[in-house]
Amino acid sequence: MNVSPLGLAASSLPCTMPAQRCRVSSGQLLSACRLAWERGGALVALWASDERDLGRGFAVRVLLRDGDGLTLLEHTLPDEGARYPDLSPIFPAANRMQRSAFDLVGAVCDAEDQRPWTWQAAWPIDRFPLRRDFEVSPAWAPGQEDYPFVRVAGDGVHEIAVGPVHAGTIEPGHFRFQVVGEKVLRLEERLGYAHKGIEKRFESLSLVDGYRLAGRISGDSTVAYACAYAQAVESIAACAAPPRAAWLRALCLERERIASHLGDLGYVGNDGGFAFGLSQFSRLREDVLRLNDRAFGHRLLMDVVVPGGIARDLCAEDAALMREQCASLEREIAVLRDIYDEHAGLQDRFRGCGQVTRELAMKLGLTGLAARASGLPDDLRCDFARTPYDALGVRRVTHTDGDVAARVSVRFDETFESLRLVRAMLAAMPDGDIATELPQTPASRLAIGCAEGWRGPIFIALESGHDGSIRRCHPHDPSWQNWPVIEHAVIGNIVPDFPLINKSFNLSYSGHDL
Amino acid sequence: MSAAGFLSQLLQLAIALTLAPILVGWVNQCRAWLSNRSAPPLLQPYRMIRKLFHKDAVVAEHASWLFRMTPYIVFAAMALAAAIVPSLATDLPFARAADAIALVGLFALARVFGALAAMDIGTAFGSMGARREMFVGFLAEPALLMVLFTASLISGSTSLPTIVDTLAHREFAIYPSLAFAGVAFTMVSLAENARIPIDNPATHLELTMIHEAMLLEYSARHLALIEWASALKLFNYSCIGLALFLPFGIAEGSADWLAILGATPVLIVKLAVGGFALALIETLSAKLRIFRAPEFLGTAFLLAVLAMLVNLMLGS
Repeated sequence: MNVSPLGLAASSLPCTMPAQRCRVSSGQLLSACRLAWERGGALVALWASDERDLGRGFAVRVLLRDGDGLTLLEHTLPDEGARYPDLSPIFPAANRMQRSAFDLVGAVCDAEDQRPWTWQAAWPIDRFPLRRDFEVSPAWAPGQEDYPFVRVAGDGVHEIAVGPVHAGTIEPGHFRFQVVGEKVLRLEERLGYAHKGIEKRFESLSLVDGYRLAGRISGDSTVAYACAYAQAVESIAACAAPPRAAWLRALCLERERIASHLGDLGYVGNDGGFAFGLSQFSRLREDVLRLNDRAFGHRLLMDVVVPGGIARDLCAEDAALMREQCASLEREIAVLRDIYDEHAGLQDRFRGCGQVTRELAMKLGLTGLAARASGLPDDLRCDFARTPYDALGVRRVTHTDGDVAARVSVRFDETFESLRLVRAMLAAMPDGDIATELPQTPASRLAIGCAEGWRGPIFIALESGHDGSIRRCHPHDPSWQNWPVIEHAVIGNIVPDFPLINKSFNLSYSGHDL
Repeated sequence: MSAAGFLSQLLQLAIALTLAPILVGWVNQCRAWLSNRSAPPLLQPYRMIRKLFHKDAVVAEHASWLFRMTPYIVFAAMALAAAIVPSLATDLPFARAADAIALVGLFALARVFGALAAMDIGTAFGSMGARREMFVGFLAEPALLMVLFTASLISGSTSLPTIVDTLAHREFAIYPSLAFAGVAFTMVSLAENARIPIDNPATHLELTMIHEAMLLEYSARHLALIEWASALKLFNYSCIGLALFLPFGIAEGSADWLAILGATPVLIVKLAVGGFALALIETLSAKLRIFRAPEFLGTAFLLAVLAMLVNLMLGS
């Protein structure tokens, strides 16, 4: 984004895609966001940091994205009483990020909605865990929070509270439905039950070791997180992974995408009452995971991507097995796709269910796979293609309907595309080193790492401290943007369709709650 | 009441109580095989019931006697129904006490208590399940009655043993009225027993549940009884279907002991085939959106009415 019309001076920001940073006043923050919105940009992330030890009070950072790349707006709150402007009228997704920034750092936003978001009464409300002087006291007992849900009044309207403990073994989240009969009038989510203090934990790790924690932010996207983290570290250290490592990282990323999509396709079928689909797709997914384990030593590929390169090389024998697997997967998935597409009962459940129109997706800042199903073609692998994606030419997968059927279709298409990419990568994989020695990392350097995970783009903002330590690390999952969209997607649908709609998005609780 | 009649009555009840969980286990096994999974053991439902009987019951604070009594009422209703439905023999002393209409009434009684108990707790899921159960029930019951009326028209009686005696004595041919009624009955059975495409007995998604949503607050022996009663319900429906549409092999009239003993393996074979057919239907279909249930059950009702009209007009 060109910020010169606003009279701002931008400096460069270390990142693997084009990025710039600029300091802004509160007025400039608002006008820069408005400008970005007018030019089709979107909010990526908003987070705050305690910088009082540097004599700067609290820093609020807003990361924007448009066709030109990333723009990081940095705004400083001199003291606790200062407020920064509410960005949610421009970017609705900012609402929860602002509330979370207050819960964790105590940076106050000038917004009407001051309800807590990440805070679940696990610590006193006037303490902020991400402040540098925060200390945990054993005397704190978990409290009870009284979260004011918005209620709908009217004849025959009633409330259904679901979760955070569910009948199945899934992650915790609370969903408050306001319904008439079976029709959903309003859904309100309450998340944060999976808050583990990941950002705080990062601050006690060194830059080199942080990749293990990054790979555990959301287990289903471990490669994407580890890639984003490794790239951020490499950007800080001003080095790059060797070509073979970059190719192998992409290979792992695509294999992770294939495994996740296969799992989701099965579960979406199962939620439609078609258990056959689940067993078949689970079987295929298991094949992928077992070969992952054989080739890289971990089923989900945790700890394979490390700063500086990759932990384990792919041997020729495993590469041959992968090639064979691609062929058999392609064959079997094609058969299963025909079954899904021609199953009248399943299509009846999928079509028109949980629809998100392109306009709504634009307005709410929907991102990743779900956005592609609603006709927004963003994909970091195509938009800012790096090695090896620039050499392979990723085919963009989009769909226009924005319903469950569209998200299923995008998953199928992306799986086929990923299988093609894996084959192409195996065919053209360069030889050479798989890791490079990291040079000494400079202190107080901020870098952004990014990777297109299967769910959507994953960003990690990493700030180095002294002697190779982490000063601040903010991981950002696409679920932040997409959770609020589900609230809109279910309006007017019937209650029993919610699990299907939710599963078609399959968002991360852990990656969002941190 | 003959000694053989008394014996057949006892034997039939005992067989219903023992075979019902095995039938559920068999259907689960077939479902697993049909989707390439390794199957749970045939006796898994028994282990489940045994496990539940050994646990301590947790009852919600606000539960009234209705909630505690319902498992017993539902179980008793299903056991009584098992005594009325001629599965092994038609010489059933109990069957004279209740006819086909009373049988539908028994099922309705169990349903009403189940729904009341679900609402008694006051949770959103209980009420939601009760609401959906009644919604499905009021659509399924008329269709079931119509099917039974068609069979009664043929035999001139609403007493189940008489109906089965009459049907079993007809020469083997495809009767259009019974064909229609058979399809209608299959559809009603799927809905009444909370099977796919109306409900999903294997689901863990609380928002999509119908029957399971009503049971969420039950535990231990209460849950065991309800699970057992559900198995009995499936068994009863299967036996009604077999008695009406495939009555061959049943011990008729005042038959001797040998005939009754001979009827047992025939019943088991018929149930095994029926259970496999159920698993096949469930594997091939997805769950219907809940508001498609009226279309599904409306079709069942229409077919049942057609069966009756065919019978009245063509006399076949």
